[in-house]
Amino acid sequence: MAKATHSLTRSFAAHAILAAYTVIALFPVVVIIINSFKSRKAIFRSPLSLPDRDSFSLIGYETVLAQGDFFLYFQNSLIVTVVSLFFVLLFGAMAAFALSEYRFRGNTLMGLYLALGIMIPIRLGTVAILKLMVASGLVNTLTALILVYTAQGLPLAIFILSEFMRQLSADLKDAGRIDGLSEYRIFLRLVLPLVRPAMATVAVFTMIPIWNDLWFPLILAPAEETKTITLGAQVFIGQFVTNWNAVLSALSLAILPVLVLYVIFSRQLIRGITAGAVK
Amino acid sequence: MGSLVLENIRKSFGQVEVLKGIDLEVSDGEFVIFVGPSGCGKSTLLRVIAGLEDATAGAISIDGDAVGHLPPSKRGIAMVFQTYALYPHLSVRNNMALGMKQAGQPADQIAERVAAASKMLSLEEYLERYPAELSGGQRQRVAIGRAVVRNPQLFLFDEPLSNLDAALRVNTRLEIARLHRELGATMIYVTHDQVEAMTLADKIVVLNNGVVEQIGSPMELYNSPANMFVAGFIGSPQMNFIAAERIGRSDAKTVGIRPEHISVDRESGTWAGNVLHAEHLGADTILYMETEAAGLLTVRLFGEHKFNAGDRLYATPDEARIFGFDDAGRSISG
Ligand SMILES: Nc1ncnc2c1ncn2[C@@H]1O[C@H](COP(=O)(O)OP(=O)(O)O)[C@@H](O)[C@H]1O
Ligand SMILES: [Mg+2]
Repeated sequence: MAKATHSLTRSFAAHAILAAYTVIALFPVVVIIINSFKSRKAIFRSPLSLPDRDSFSLIGYETVLAQGDFFLYFQNSLIVTVVSLFFVLLFGAMAAFALSEYRFRGNTLMGLYLALGIMIPIRLGTVAILKLMVASGLVNTLTALILVYTAQGLPLAIFILSEFMRQLSADLKDAGRIDGLSEYRIFLRLVLPLVRPAMATVAVFTMIPIWNDLWFPLILAPAEETKTITLGAQVFIGQFVTNWNAVLSALSLAILPVLVLYVIFSRQLIRGITAGAVK
Repeated sequence: MGSLVLENIRKSFGQVEVLKGIDLEVSDGEFVIFVGPSGCGKSTLLRVIAGLEDATAGAISIDGDAVGHLPPSKRGIAMVFQTYALYPHLSVRNNMALGMKQAGQPADQIAERVAAASKMLSLEEYLERYPAELSGGQRQRVAIGRAVVRNPQLFLFDEPLSNLDAALRVNTRLEIARLHRELGATMIYVTHDQVEAMTLADKIVVLNNGVVEQIGSPMELYNSPANMFVAGFIGSPQMNFIAAERIGRSDAKTVGIRPEHISVDRESGTWAGNVLHAEHLGADTILYMETEAAGLLTVRLFGEHKFNAGDRLYATPDEARIFGFDDAGRSISG
């Protein structure tokens, strides 16, 4: 009996900790969302109360949507995130495959070199990157952001994916070689489907910092037509007056796409885990 | 149509030389088994033949053509792996068909071959299933079926039975033997299990530490082992080795006698000793004896015997079946 009680306490404690963490993590998001539906006065009077008939207002959303550029910012963010994500996953998986599958001189060294970026923040190189972009005429283009984010995401992607790929059965790939599959087909048809859960993990870890980033859009692409949503939302934050309704509404809207992507990837993740690998 | 010649095959991984000059000739239709302890290079040799590894030196020809430069799919071989290595996202049918599809064969021919192979291996019911929905034995049959469909000149098996349980292992062994008779193809089979080697092979290649110790038929290896390694590796329980001087022989450094070539008696015999342990297996009785003259001996008696631990017995070797080995462990033919 003692044991059962013990494990009950333990599981209760675990759940309590997880629940507390969930509340803490969700709190700011919930505050943003509920306040985005309130009038300016109500936001300041009682920031934690839900919108009621008096305080309910869509003024923030109206402001945001009336600002014609907002859809453009949205589109920019989406393009930058999705394209960078695609390149990170593609190049990351390719590099990881080469590192895990082939024996060549300097393999380990190359792996370490490629993983170095995990420890060194890419922002340290901002000045050099900016000079590079100016020299190549890429300032104020989405391409500049995509290049930088691809570079930023690759180290972690390569690190995680090559670990996963090392664990795949070598016999499976050899069976493919005997059946006449080219190395590309082995990579695309055998290896990629089997590391899908790892790809989903990498996708989530890569996508969120890109979507949320303010630094590089501000420095590399601040022009009106290349602004991302996080940068676009800054127009409502003034030095003297801040349009809180609009800021909160813009942020609430910005959560949506990333949430959709997250749901897609996490489903892949769960499917990958439950499908069970076949040995 | 499926002969194989290896000439002085060498393979190193970095500084480590794993294969140290292997010469071998396999004639068409032969069932050849590579046997040896774990880590001796059997799989590496098989992978070199398959083209999955490049030999560091040496020449390989299949059916008279040098194939050293060809990729695995162009060598006319098929391989069955220890871990089955089925494609998890393809049905059994597509697992078997993939190789032919990849080679661009016409669909009706593929369907025909898949049907024939699945009939041969009783896999018809499972064609639409996925590997995850099959048992271990079924998966290995699918893997064998996938090899059969390719219609190779040369089959390569790498320890195909070692992930199966004992009963299934015997069944699948019989199935592979039947397959060899029906297809008449050349087969090379790797195992560390000498029983598998003895039961299946036309010809056994005993490997140790990257060199060939001996090549011969199962009975040649049993009756005239080339050296102590082969003598000890082939046969179960293992051959008894006795330092020659202990038993007063000067014509060899070591003498060997198989457990089944020793008889025992309660009254008289060559070596007196006590039984340490007796194993009663029904068909056999295995005795472990500590003798004064010859040290620890394993004795295998046929049928049931009422000997037990602690009994005092006399062991007598069959003189005609005693092997002598010289200083280097080589067999002294006598
Ligand atoms: N890819 C490899 N890299 C380095 N060493 C290897 C590689 N493959 C095999 N070896 C080494 O070669 C030796 C023989 O391996 P293997 O042919 O698999 O032995 P076996 O199949 O007889 O058990 C082992 O010592 C193993 O560590
Ligand atoms: Mg092996």
